[in-house]
Amino acid sequence: MLYRTVTKNNFKKMIEGLMENNEVIGPKWRDQDKDGNKIYRFLKLNDFDELQMDYTRSYSSPKNFFLPFKEDLSTYHLDEGDWEQEIKYTIHPRVIVGIRACDINALRKLDEVLLKSVYPNPYYYARRRNTIIIGLDHEPLDDCFCHSMDANVAFRGFDLFLTDIGDKYVVAIASDTGYILATRFEGQEITDEDQLHYKRVKREIESKFKTQVDVTIVPELMDLEFESDVWKKWGDKCLSCGSCAMVCPSCYCYGVEEEVDLTFTTATKRRFLYSCNLLDFATVAGGHNFRPEPEIRLKYRYYHRFRGFVEAFNQSLCVGCNRCGVACPAGIHPKAVIDDLIQTEKL
Amino acid sequence: MNLKIPYHDINLETYMSRHPDFNRKTARMQTERNFKSQILATIPLTEHEKLFHIRICDTSERENFSFLPGQFVMLELPGCGEVAISISGSSANREFLELCVRKVGKVTGMLHRLEAGAFVGIRGPFGTHFPMQEMAGSSVLLIAGGLGIVPLRAPIFWANDHRMDYKDITILYGARDPAQILFDYQVEEWRKIYGLNILTIVEYPDEHWQGHVGRITDLFDDVYIDPDETFAVVCGPPVMFKHVCGFLSDLGLSRQRMFVSLERRMHCGMGKCCRCNIGSTFTCLDGPVFDYWTVMNLQEAI
Repeated sequence: MLYRTVTKNNFKKMIEGLMENNEVIGPKWRDQDKDGNKIYRFLKLNDFDELQMDYTRSYSSPKNFFLPFKEDLSTYHLDEGDWEQEIKYTIHPRVIVGIRACDINALRKLDEVLLKSVYPNPYYYARRRNTIIIGLDHEPLDDCFCHSMDANVAFRGFDLFLTDIGDKYVVAIASDTGYILATRFEGQEITDEDQLHYKRVKREIESKFKTQVDVTIVPELMDLEFESDVWKKWGDKCLSCGSCAMVCPSCYCYGVEEEVDLTFTTATKRRFLYSCNLLDFATVAGGHNFRPEPEIRLKYRYYHRFRGFVEAFNQSLCVGCNRCGVACPAGIHPKAVIDDLIQTEKL
Repeated sequence: MNLKIPYHDINLETYMSRHPDFNRKTARMQTERNFKSQILATIPLTEHEKLFHIRICDTSERENFSFLPGQFVMLELPGCGEVAISISGSSANREFLELCVRKVGKVTGMLHRLEAGAFVGIRGPFGTHFPMQEMAGSSVLLIAGGLGIVPLRAPIFWANDHRMDYKDITILYGARDPAQILFDYQVEEWRKIYGLNILTIVEYPDEHWQGHVGRITDLFDDVYIDPDETFAVVCGPPVMFKHVCGFLSDLGLSRQRMFVSLERRMHCGMGKCCRCNIGSTFTCLDGPVFDYWTVMNLQEAI
């Protein structure tokens, strides 16, 4: 990995330059919650000043720029009982600025499934291929547990990654596009002083993680505690609303629906993001539901994230951002559920 | 300052516009591209089940299409929806596909209203298959309950086509009542020409029924099974798996010589939508055909 430093002034010029011809997406301040905390969201930027480089956590993850809530898979041109299928993977190039290491790691986990496994997904590939990612370090929030999930540092999956060292950024460069950008905006070789600064900032970030989740034995526990009362306890709270999957940076399950327009000339096959907590997730035609109770659906959500994905890709699907814990209207926090599981093991 | 990011138009990548071959799983391709196909014939079998003969329109797509017994396709009615249907015909038939479909939901209901000549979309084939080559040299026991006979027809055809490779071939077929028995017109042919041992049983007989009455497991009294020389293929409702496979394991048949076919609601067929997830396994990629040992290790599978 190459490192350069870019002054904040040059960074501003870089973003403004990118904005001229491309869509630039970054964290924007949208609202505030009942406690007065700011709510941020990744949205298209019209002006550099809208970009909140000191944002805490975006309420929903930037995943939806790669996996939109709804996406047309194919279009059918209908003609008197006959039809033609049309498929397009058109996406305009864009830049996402300010994305966190955990979210970049979540994208890499999505890459494992959607690009590196059998039947690579072309829709995701088109979006991934045409998006420049500029990451940004931050001090962890009280409930971040990405450190425990080994997702607090990003080594790949971005073009540039920024660490704030005062009046300039240390920029990690992971692609040629990133290198061109850094060079054009007067990226300097890193000096000894910069390096000291950088180390100090990184160590400080490391020291500020407050929430730890011990996941070392969780994959085994998922089988051993399959009949545990823990699932009933948390399943009874679950409202089966699917909020957790919507805000999650790494959830990718979906459903497919088709519809015909009012003139009966065009039909669309559309994919929409789904959640394994929703009632009819595993319902088959005829009405049989393989997962009828909320506790079973909740259990399988954890089973897939902490056991199934580990088995398939040697890593957990969770990155520890705790967005699901924040979004859950029933107050189900992943840390609490996992701690409960480990507790039953100790007894 | 011109900082326009170069656009990678993946519509133009040539290897994506080749004919999709769903048996080749890794190359980048248009995963939603279906083979436009025409219904050649619709054959009513019972009140709720119809057999469809479906032919892929494009010659080269049709010639490239090949499957193994146990695999399934995604059948799409544009504007209506897409469903996973197991292939019920012979894998030696390269001209058209046989799909037997029960009218049960939105898409299958609409399919039943279609007539010969209508165009549908086919994606696939997907999933694992019954290891027919591996079974060569042994006896094969095929056990079907109700609609389970549908995916079992493909291995039966295979066994008929390669009759010399196998010792005894026994088919045990149980249905709810005589009116529910599918493909009865083929049973005599299989018995006479290929010398298959076929036993049928119904749970609720009518006044004309002269065969066995009871559950599928009752037929085990009438067949000899050599546990070291037999492979079993079991298709039917999940509750049947436990009884049948339980009985066979008690006989000493290895769980890795018993194969079952599972069903789930699938939206993609490619291990992406997660809807057919069973714990850590996707029914569309690692299944639908599993050996019974794997099924035992899948929580919630049956």
